[in-house]
Amino acid sequence: MNAKRKSAAEKTGAKRSNAKKSGAEKSGAKKSGAPAAELADLTESEILEMQDSMTSEWGESAPRKAKAFWPSALRLAGTFRDHKLGLAVVLGFGLISTVLTVWAPSILGDAMDVIFDGFLSGEGVAFDVLGRLLLIVLGMYLVAALFDWLQGRLLNDVVMKIVYVLREKIETKVNRLPLSYFDTRQRGDLLSRTTNDVDNVQSALQQAFASLVYAVLTIVGITIMMFWLSWQLALIALIALPISAVVIGVIGAKSQKLFTAQWRNTGRLNGHVEESFTGHDLVTVFDRQDSMREQFDTRNEELWEASFKAQFYSGMIMPIMQWVTYLGYVGIAVVGGLRIAAGQMSLGQVTAFIQYSREFNSPLGEVAGMANMLISGVASAERIFELLDAEEQEADGEITAGAANTDGETDREGRGERIERAEFTGPTRGRIEFDHVAFSYTPETSLISDLSLVAEPGQTIAIVGPTGAGKTTLVNLIMRFYEIDGGQIRLDGVDIRALDRGAVRSRVGMVLQDAVLFGGTIRENIRYGRLEATDEEVAAAATATFVDRFVHTLPDGYDTLIEDEGANVSAGERQLITIARAFLADPALLILDEATSSVDTRTEVLVQEAMAALRSDRTSFVIAHRLSTIRDADVILVMEHGDIVEQGSHDALLEAEGAYHRLYWSQFAAGTDPDADDAVVEESMTVTGAIPEVAATRDGAGAAPAETGELPAAGA
Amino acid sequence: MLWTLIRRHIRPYLPHVVAVAVLQLATVLATLYLPSLNADIIDNGVATGDTDYIWRVGGVMLIVAMVQVITAITSVWFGARVSMGMGRDIRRSIYTRVDRFSTEEMGRYGAPTLITRATNDVQQVQMLVLMTLNFMVMVPIMSIGGIVMAIQEDPGLSWLVWVSVPLLMVIVGFLVKELMPLFQRMQDNIDSINSVMREQIMGIRVVRAFVREQHETARFESANATLTDTSVRIGRLFVIMGPAITVVLHLATAAVLWFGGHRVDAGLVEVGALTAFMQYLLQILMAVMMGTFMFMMFPRAIISGRRIGEVLETTPTLAEPAQPVALEAAGGGATVEFRDVTFAYPGADSPVLDGVSFTAEAGRTTAIIGSTGSGKTTLVSLIPRLHDATSGQVLLDGVPVTDLARATISRVVGLVPQKPYLFSGTIAHNLRFGDPTADDDQLWRALEVAQGTEFVKDRSTGEGESAATGLESTVSQGGTNVSGGQRQRLCIARTLVAAPRVYVFDDSFSALDVTTDAKVREGLARNTQGATTIIVAQRISTITSADQILVLEEGAVVGRGTHEELLVSSQTYREIVDSQITAEATA
Repeated sequence: MNAKRKSAAEKTGAKRSNAKKSGAEKSGAKKSGAPAAELADLTESEILEMQDSMTSEWGESAPRKAKAFWPSALRLAGTFRDHKLGLAVVLGFGLISTVLTVWAPSILGDAMDVIFDGFLSGEGVAFDVLGRLLLIVLGMYLVAALFDWLQGRLLNDVVMKIVYVLREKIETKVNRLPLSYFDTRQRGDLLSRTTNDVDNVQSALQQAFASLVYAVLTIVGITIMMFWLSWQLALIALIALPISAVVIGVIGAKSQKLFTAQWRNTGRLNGHVEESFTGHDLVTVFDRQDSMREQFDTRNEELWEASFKAQFYSGMIMPIMQWVTYLGYVGIAVVGGLRIAAGQMSLGQVTAFIQYSREFNSPLGEVAGMANMLISGVASAERIFELLDAEEQEADGEITAGAANTDGETDREGRGERIERAEFTGPTRGRIEFDHVAFSYTPETSLISDLSLVAEPGQTIAIVGPTGAGKTTLVNLIMRFYEIDGGQIRLDGVDIRALDRGAVRSRVGMVLQDAVLFGGTIRENIRYGRLEATDEEVAAAATATFVDRFVHTLPDGYDTLIEDEGANVSAGERQLITIARAFLADPALLILDEATSSVDTRTEVLVQEAMAALRSDRTSFVIAHRLSTIRDADVILVMEHGDIVEQGSHDALLEAEGAYHRLYWSQFAAGTDPDADDAVVEESMTVTGAIPEVAATRDGAGAAPAETGELPAAGA
Repeated sequence: MLWTLIRRHIRPYLPHVVAVAVLQLATVLATLYLPSLNADIIDNGVATGDTDYIWRVGGVMLIVAMVQVITAITSVWFGARVSMGMGRDIRRSIYTRVDRFSTEEMGRYGAPTLITRATNDVQQVQMLVLMTLNFMVMVPIMSIGGIVMAIQEDPGLSWLVWVSVPLLMVIVGFLVKELMPLFQRMQDNIDSINSVMREQIMGIRVVRAFVREQHETARFESANATLTDTSVRIGRLFVIMGPAITVVLHLATAAVLWFGGHRVDAGLVEVGALTAFMQYLLQILMAVMMGTFMFMMFPRAIISGRRIGEVLETTPTLAEPAQPVALEAAGGGATVEFRDVTFAYPGADSPVLDGVSFTAEAGRTTAIIGSTGSGKTTLVSLIPRLHDATSGQVLLDGVPVTDLARATISRVVGLVPQKPYLFSGTIAHNLRFGDPTADDDQLWRALEVAQGTEFVKDRSTGEGESAATGLESTVSQGGTNVSGGQRQRLCIARTLVAAPRVYVFDDSFSALDVTTDAKVREGLARNTQGATTIIVAQRISTITSADQILVLEEGAVVGRGTHEELLVSSQTYREIVDSQITAEATA
């Protein structure tokens, strides 16, 4: 008789297990039923620590409470704007369904009365009346089910559309954000905003939103029906309300605390497991298995204790709530029985009432659960909105000079002027000019204040200097990864800001310091340089850059999948693949930023020969710490503190005995006698052979301008 | 696999499991008794107007409800104890097993998946056990008990049970069957859309450098469309579930009233029995439905169980010797000897090391050079027995390493691995990893040699309460808050603190600039008096002063001798030297 209640409960139960299903893979903590509010006891730094220490499988950044709940909630609700009609239909259908469902039990009660009366009066059951009533009830339930289904389906489609658009917006946004946005934020945080937070919003909208509305409607409807049937019994039923509230309040709060503890302990245990598995060799080599295991045992024991308590307390809630329901049931059965006996109510009314009282408690629990989900969803939405609101880079063709740093209001010449849009015609020659360029990442500290240089077509420009001198920044400016604050950078005489970013970048090939590869095969990764390249062209690029050599030792050759943890491809091999990628792109300008730092020297020489062939007729900028790469450059730029302190050829610069001379002896050839001229192989090696002794005595001279361990070489 | 795993780990908790079963039986009986009491109130109290009877039976109902809540809570207590306890035990089993893995087994699985297996997969199994204990025991008892009670109330209506239960099972079962592959697919879709997003953010510079924004957007859009499609299909199936179940349940209710009405009319059954029957039928249907839903947990847990089982059934290849040979722990160096050592990964076409023989004399320095992939790291990892040679022998002071206890090997051999890994904790904690008893002076001395004194002294971490400097400053996991060069120096110092008789440096100077490299090696020479040193290096300048240099090419020793000798005798060596000579020596 109380089927709708149960079906409603099961429905949400099923939906929850759906949420569990999808959430489970990512979040162990949330799955155990610890929603956002439970994180309240953790400090911010602990949360960050957890996010850091957990692997991606555990890495769901727990949505914290929204900073401004209502504005964000309203904005989230605003996403339904385009679906007003659909939403109105959903609400209308839902209302019809709820009214029918709430009404039906009382008619079922009437049917019961027909039987009871027939039985008591001994006149026999009036089957025509009973049949009619039952058909009405069935009809009501069928119509209610139909409308329930229709509104659910409609809402589902609307929500999915909204989430689809939301994801799309985020992706578009990511492409429009300036690089500085990514530099100043933790990538992990950004990732979780674009992935976990969206999932969270989706489940909040899909499950919580609908259930919450209907739970509230049902509660209101049932309350009305109960008072309509009998206000005395309604009061008894309502007694259950404060008891439930106390149970949820006391035990619920306790179990939330325990879940927080469980989560914290899970994080700590996982951290330990991660460390001892990742550092497994070291643990073995130093024979520390026993002490590591002791630590594991302690943390495992702590986790066990916390999770046992958390499960126990949270598991207690259901039986107690059930008990409260039974309490109401007993109360109504007894008082109802007395009232029937006294002729104040009919049996049907009491049975209907029992059903109502049961239906009353279940949406209550639902409201609590769904509210948590919704709060967490709003917090996630807020984080997404923050991302969507971030300032974008200026659109191509709408660049104003020096606008990148609007807060650093200096009155540089030409600031705020709109730059006329230009386009390339004909082939790119590759002449690069820096004309009094000023740039800084933050307005407070200027990095490049006034830098000018000219790179003629076909020249190789090597850039050297200590860490933080601005070498990478300089080449990034050519790529227009950042907008300059003052001056001009010209490619073939055209201000690069007048060009589309894509137009500039497609003419420049860049091999970056860290070899970023994408998921997929080696072939796909190389082809990234030129999507329309044939397999032969890919293979040719791979052969030229010595990728081909090691590819054949891999089980699937070019179809070997690049793994995230990169166990199958070493750092040096990754670098070679990124070089092959740039090689295939065949750009007019080439930028190599520490491109071969992880490649062994013998291979490096070979790759360099190939690169030299590639470079011969194009301008290239090379940042490297190995001398062999630098020596043959047409121009060497020595950078210090964002400025070019020296430029010229290798020999000329050595002769000048300036910054390059210093840098050279400290970094590239520490300890070697600076006066030894072009020595033949044998002789010079004898000199090198003596390094330890000489170095020990050359302490002062050997000191590099910067903390030596921090030199770019260290990044390899 | 899952059953084996659970069977093996549930043994200590069998009494608890029995307790859960008994308590749930009591709970279910109490639950089932309530409708029958209610029927009594209607038939004997309400129908006859006996208010005393109503009060009396009402009191009994209250007591039954009390019993029900107490048994239910106690059962939850036992259930939580069993499931969480099992989770703890399984985690421990995995940890102890992985602990004994060799580098090879670690490599076969990879640390990330082992971590997931020890954490997430255990979580899955533990939740399954909890749910099973909480519901799976209850569901059959409830169904059978409900059927018995219902038939007892009115056997004439029992056919309604046989019709409605299968009908519900078919509907719910159908939906679950349709949904399960979709859930799996949705998870895959989410993973793939997340990985596209991840690549876009991590590789943002590459995407922009190659002007591939549109390409990436297209990839994302297709992933987004697939995900949305799957989500929509899941949602549409889900919204059928609620209404369909509602209809079945109410159909059953109406049927009970209609057919029951006839039986009441015929005087075959009392009205109270009718209401009781209705409640039993609903209880049975709820139990059946819950059971069907529970089945949704199984596929995932089975996969997790298999993944855990795999780890537990992997036998570590490195067995401790039955009768370990003792070896001097202190005093001078130890001789390291390779006798025709070959090493191949199982299933690989060609061996990593092929017939390597050499002797590293005590007190001498042996250097190993060769290009990437020539087997250098594998070679040195055989010395502290991270692997066992496929054939041939590795000997320490004439004793095969396979005859030495792990503790002995650890005391004798100190390896500084290629990847400088630090544990989370303080610097001191890390340095004492090799010798927990070392005092601060020893740590500082080791840092001095490793050229780490300066930066450790200047180092400070944390703010306020947690502020710390020097040796007490903290290192994050993996040493990510320490630069590459500093990490290497700390790793060298860590091994120095352990003061082994054989030092093995696997490319441990690569992140140091030439000056620091030279200073560190000079310091080592002075402080490791008498110890054997084995250095793997890329840089020629690092190894020129070695007493013996081995040139490794594709797993075989292709040249050996001093720097000067090799310049004459080894073509490969000359090539390596040539590649660096321009880089380091000429001007």
